[in-house]
Amino acid sequence: MSDPSPTFRPEEGVQAREVPVRLLVVQGEQRPAVDATDEPVVMTFPHLVVRELIAFLALSLLLVVCALLFDAPLESMADPSKAMNPMKAPWYFLGLQELLHYYPPIVAGVILPGAVVVALAIVPYFDINLERPEFWERRRASKLALTVAVFGLISSLLAYAGQHPVWPLLGPLWFVGAAMLLPGVWSRRRGLVGWLARRSLPFWIFAWFLLTAVTLTVIGVFFRGPGWSFTLPWRDGIW
Amino acid sequence: MSALGRLLTGNRVWRSIVRHGFPDSNRNRALAVFSNLFLHVHPVKVRLRAIAFSRTFFLGGLAAACFLILTITGVLLMLYYRPSVPEAYDDMKDLEFVVSSGVFLRNLHRWSAHAMVAIVFLHMVRVFFAGAYRPPREFNWVIGVVLFVTTILLSYTGYLLPWDQLAYWGVTVGANMAGATPWIGEDTRFLLLGGTEIGEPALLRFYVLHCVILPAVLVVLVAIHIWRVRKDGGIYLPPLDLSRDGGGKR
Ligand code: HEM
Repeated sequence: MSDPSPTFRPEEGVQAREVPVRLLVVQGEQRPAVDATDEPVVMTFPHLVVRELIAFLALSLLLVVCALLFDAPLESMADPSKAMNPMKAPWYFLGLQELLHYYPPIVAGVILPGAVVVALAIVPYFDINLERPEFWERRRASKLALTVAVFGLISSLLAYAGQHPVWPLLGPLWFVGAAMLLPGVWSRRRGLVGWLARRSLPFWIFAWFLLTAVTLTVIGVFFRGPGWSFTLPWRDGIW
Repeated sequence: MSALGRLLTGNRVWRSIVRHGFPDSNRNRALAVFSNLFLHVHPVKVRLRAIAFSRTFFLGGLAAACFLILTITGVLLMLYYRPSVPEAYDDMKDLEFVVSSGVFLRNLHRWSAHAMVAIVFLHMVRVFFAGAYRPPREFNWVIGVVLFVTTILLSYTGYLLPWDQLAYWGVTVGANMAGATPWIGEDTRFLLLGGTEIGEPALLRFYVLHCVILPAVLVVLVAIHIWRVRKDGGIYLPPLDLSRDGGGKR
């Protein structure tokens, strides 16, 4: 019925000594060459080590000076019955909190940040070149139309789902869109426009994330007061 | 090299600790790097282009430096801190009025924490725009994304510990966000807080996460991260454009 179980045969005598047979496996080198280089090199000690030390000391000095000059905030003891207004998370979450102002928690607190983190993690697995000089060379009109359509679609999705006017989201999107489309309508190979023309898709996506995150965080930190209403930094304080 | 230097580094005791002579020859400089546990994350020689300030702004190293400062100040703060209600808040007051240099200690920990979040973020931005996220470094980038999330969680869990109004309501916002996750949201929130609202169990959980679990995760990931930078042949440098004049300049 079932296969006979394999017999266990201890290795003895000469055989035992022969057991560790090594096969030499020569693999194709997968790593970039570490040593082979024709360009100028310097000794790590002292050149790099000293630079690292200076950077470390400069940072330490800066932090110590900050710690001497500015005190960490401490409010009254936590009181669950006395809500703070505005109720603000630490600054690196205020972009998300600002997003929460426009979209329901499941979208702003879970789906969008989750999508951004996943997108960041998988971006290097898409085989897209860092530079792509030929993108606008051929079939320019249809590519322009397609790009505009994609931006239009994203904009209307953002605007449609928003509970308030979503200008802080559309601004960065359109800015990035304009920069992306510029070489499509004005073909130059040199200068800024030429440089823009050579950017890859991951570059644009990352630039969009970055600009949006910074915009929302700045608004959340400086321009939101009681009840998350718009305010000015010098009117209602910052936090 | 001065006679004093020879005296200091030539004697038996010094040589029993550091097994090479004064690093004034390339041989001894090489030994200084690869016979040292901490320095041997570096190769003995590096390409000149790689050490320019504007290449990395040393942001990765400075993120690690922040973590070092945070560990030292954090351990000292632990000596004065009890994760319970209302002791936690009382201990903040003690740091302010009773402990010598308590205010300085707390300030340094606080500002270093903010700096670390900002520096890790900037490091990510610089790595991206350098194009260093692409193969063969793609997995190190993924580790980096996890490091970024871990850094934020470390800062966030620490934010609750002073147990003041700022901490309480700031963390409330974040906990509510976690609670909005479909299906698992409520359970996640419960697991995180050790209850349905932020109270003493939440404080204890955040404390353990902040002082033990997350730092341990971070240390292991940073070790892998830096080891991989080394294994990938050092930091990414764009290929030399030899057709251009002074090709070494990029
Ligand atoms: C605790 C946080 C982190 C520490 C301590 C750290 C440390 C370092 C160090 C020391 C380097 C060497 C070069 C440099 O300084 O730029 C490096 C490189 C690198 N880091 Fe990080 N890092 C952290 C977070 C991140 C994050 C958030 C990302 C990306 C999402 C990332 C991705 C990378 C990549 C891809 C490299 C290779 C860069 C190159 O080859 O030019 N790291 N990291």
